[in-house]
Amino acid sequence: MFSEIRRSLRNQWVVLAMTGELDLGTSPMLRQAVVAAVADGHNNLVIDLSGVDFIDSAGLGSVIGALRRVRSHDGHLLLVCSEQRVLRVFEMCDLDRVFTFHVDVDSAVGTPVQV
Amino acid sequence: MTGIVELRVPAVPEYLQMVRSVVGATASTGANLIPERVSDLRLAVSEAATNAMEAHGLSGVEDRVVIRCDLSASQIEVEVADSGPGFDPNSLSPLPDVDSPDRLRYESGLGVSLMHHLTDETIVESHGNGTAVRLIVHFGN
Repeated sequence: MFSEIRRSLRNQWVVLAMTGELDLGTSPMLRQAVVAAVADGHNNLVIDLSGVDFIDSAGLGSVIGALRRVRSHDGHLLLVCSEQRVLRVFEMCDLDRVFTFHVDVDSAVGTPVQV
Repeated sequence: MTGIVELRVPAVPEYLQMVRSVVGATASTGANLIPERVSDLRLAVSEAATNAMEAHGLSGVEDRVVIRCDLSASQIEVEVADSGPGFDPNSLSPLPDVDSPDRLRYESGLGVSLMHHLTDETIVESHGNGTAVRLIVHFGN
C-alpha cells in the first residue's frame, strides 16, 4: 500500500494524516513532517493514524520522537486512532499510557491547546 | 498445505512490506490460523527483518537478508537470517518505565520483546558473522 502524509490546519492544531504502513521504510516521512511543522512554529500536533493499517516498533519510534520534539517546544501531541490492530501495538509496549488517543480528528482538534 | 517459501531481499526498508505480505500469505494457508495470529506473525517478522536490515546497514554488509518460511501441518516457522556483526541477546537492557521522562529518549529497543510476545517461540542465535531469528507459531493455539 502506498504511504503518504497530508498536512492541514484545524483550529490551533496541525493535523498530520498518515496513510499506509508505518515502519522503518516510511517512518522518516513522519519524522520529516513533524520536523517541518515544528520548524514552521506549529508545536501542537495531531497525528492521524486512522489510515494506517500497520505499525511496528520502528513506527512507534517515530511517534515517540514526535512527542519528544513537540514537548521540547512546549507543545502537545494527540493521536487519532481507532484501528484495533494499531492500538494493540501501542498497548503491548505500554505506550498507551504515554499518548493521548482520540477516535477521530474532530474530537482531537476540539481539545484546547492548553491541555 | 505444507512447504517452504524462501525470500532473499536487499537490506532496504522498502522491501519490508513485501516480506510481511509474503509471510502473511504463507501463514494464511496454514490450518486454522486465525487472522489475529497471522497479524501477530507479520508484526514479529517485521521486527526481525528490520533488525536484520539495520544490522547490514550498520556494518556495510551488502548480502541479502534471507527469510525462510517452513509451513508444516502443526506450525509455521519463519527464520530471518542476516550477515551482520551479531549481538548478545542476553545483553539487551530493559527500557525505562513508560512513566519515566527518560523513556522518550528511546525510539528503539522494543523489537525483541515484541517478537517473544507475538509468537509461541522466538529463538535468537547470534554469532560474529550473523544472526538468525526463528519465529514459531503453533496452529490451534
